[in-house]
Amino acid sequence: MYQLKEVTKTYTRRGETVTALDHSNLAIADNDFVAIVGPSGSGKTTMLSVLGGMMAPTSGQVILDGQSVYDLSIEERTAVRGEKIGFVFQTFNLIPYLSACENVQVPLLLSGKTPDEQRKRALEMLDRVGLSDRVDHKPNELSQGQQQRVAMARTLANDPQIILADEPTGNLDSETRQQVMEYLTEFHQDGRTIVMVTHDSDSAAYAKRTIRLVDGVALDVKDARAA
Amino acid sequence: MKLRTLIWKELWQRPTTMLTSLLTVTLGVAALVAIQNITVSSERKIAGDMESLGANVLVLPDNVSLQDYYSADMHGQTMPEEYVTRLALARMPGVENLAPKLCVAATVDSIPVTLTGILPRSEFQAKSAWQGLNLIANPVGSDRGCCPTATSVGDGDSESPADLATTRSIQTLGKREVILGADIATQLGTEVGDELNLMGEDFEVLTVLPETGTVDDSRLFAHLHSVQDLSGSGPVINVIEIMACCEDAAGDLIGNLSAELPETRIVTIAQVVETQVAVNGLMSSLSWVFFSILLLVGGASIASVMFANVTERRKEIGTLMALGAGRRFVTQLFLGKATLLGVSGGLIGFLIGTVVAVVLGPQLLGIAVRPMPQLLVIGMITATVVSLLASYFPARKAAGLDPCLVFNDA
Ligand SMILES: Nc1ncnc2c1ncn2[C@@H]1O[C@H](COP(=O)(O)OP(=O)(O)O)[C@@H](O)[C@H]1O
Ligand SMILES: [Mg+2]
Repeated sequence: MYQLKEVTKTYTRRGETVTALDHSNLAIADNDFVAIVGPSGSGKTTMLSVLGGMMAPTSGQVILDGQSVYDLSIEERTAVRGEKIGFVFQTFNLIPYLSACENVQVPLLLSGKTPDEQRKRALEMLDRVGLSDRVDHKPNELSQGQQQRVAMARTLANDPQIILADEPTGNLDSETRQQVMEYLTEFHQDGRTIVMVTHDSDSAAYAKRTIRLVDGVALDVKDARAA
Repeated sequence: MKLRTLIWKELWQRPTTMLTSLLTVTLGVAALVAIQNITVSSERKIAGDMESLGANVLVLPDNVSLQDYYSADMHGQTMPEEYVTRLALARMPGVENLAPKLCVAATVDSIPVTLTGILPRSEFQAKSAWQGLNLIANPVGSDRGCCPTATSVGDGDSESPADLATTRSIQTLGKREVILGADIATQLGTEVGDELNLMGEDFEVLTVLPETGTVDDSRLFAHLHSVQDLSGSGPVINVIEIMACCEDAAGDLIGNLSAELPETRIVTIAQVVETQVAVNGLMSSLSWVFFSILLLVGGASIASVMFANVTERRKEIGTLMALGAGRRFVTQLFLGKATLLGVSGGLIGFLIGTVVAVVLGPQLLGIAVRPMPQLLVIGMITATVVSLLASYFPARKAAGLDPCLVFNDA
């Protein structure tokens, strides 16, 4: 169970206060597949960051497995992030000077695996996303679709129970977009919880549940479980 | 993969920026090492000179300014050889021995060499005999009031030509014989008894001198008159080295010499050594000043490059944080890089400085330089400390970055 309780997040910049999230409540069941949609500036990224333990809300709580994430120390929260949460970014965020395999090894290094374990696991994950023949390529030697698949292999490396994706298909052509969505669906079928921000309705259609954010307030617009 | 793999690969991704900032630190260490090496070696050499050298007065052409004892004959100015005879005939108290010299450039098998003409003592004996003076026992100076020294005790016949290295004089030397310094002999691959072609004439190698650690090691010595004839210089010399005996007897020597040869410059080795010791002290302090300045500049340049590096890698740092990297890991990432830069800056600086000193020391200053490993430790530690200090704030800035910035599309 993953919960936002009365979460408010305001940004103050040059004396102006922007309310990105306004007393939002959201409960995400284990192994749910949620799409968060909404116009630009509606607070989608803010919600994902708060969910991912990356940014403390101004008020309210984030509960993961019964634990209030922002009541943990920074170190503990970082550890929770490394163990339980995987991110997929719109711009992939691969480390340019590392090979595909090394990129996938990074979260494993951070969780304290030995180099041998790292490499073995990374190769498995790359195999899973169909990139066994590209393990030693640098990101700039890979196509956009391949880069996103490396990023997804990296997300999977520590076997996270939750995957948070911020517009994972935003930078891709329709064919690779579909491929990425199929992988996310697969990860969902593995038993993981997926929370995906998108403004593409085709991508949102893969999700079981769609949340619309309007002015920092979350509204359920589609719930496959209810239908 | 380890943290250091990450540091290493990032460093080599765009090495030029880092190498540029590294350069200042490297130069600081190199300057320190080179100058320290040279001053220390030169001090060691001076100490050695004081003990082993008897020649303690130099007679030079008037317009020569003397910087280094060993290059005293390398100034290209000449004076008539007749001065030697004048001094010999003056029979001044305190004069043990006279050693005139003429240096010319020559080539052996197209290798450039310095050929030094020297006058064996047998010449003085001949000259004295010819001039009706019977001075076989002590052909040059006077034996009045002199303490026995290496040069005066020997009767001449038992001397070996290799004594030239220490006594700066030799009993006999044939017109077509040559004596080689240790280094040049090795370089030319020549042994005793070999023939060498010098200025169109064949010379026989009489002996190879033992190593002295001075420019003499890279010189060839032949009979003064052969050198004069073959180089077409006429009867001239560059310098007269005078072995004066103990100081009491030599008390009036400088005055006597000046009176006898007013058109020359008389310099005592004590003066030379004093000047050199002073110059060395100055160089040594200067090297620390250079070192500090270059390290300051180097630290500033590392700091600015590190700050730029942190800014440029914001997204990467955010990504690492999203993937589970804590502040500690990020700090280590940058301080690790700083350590690597410091250690390599120190090491490269030490190597450059040592090579410069070892190569240039003998060529420019005529001293053999022995590398000083303790400077490696000093150089590496200081460079690392500077690099770490300079990277402290950039590393803190990196560790304090907000991980959310990974979501900012850019
Ligand atoms: N770091 C920030 N500082 C100030 N305002 C911000 C910051 N991040 C987002 N905002 C503001 O918060 C609101 C929500 O932004 P965001 O969560 O990025 O929306 P979305 O991802 O839906 O486009 C916007 O009005 C945006 O301008
Ligand atoms: Mg956004």
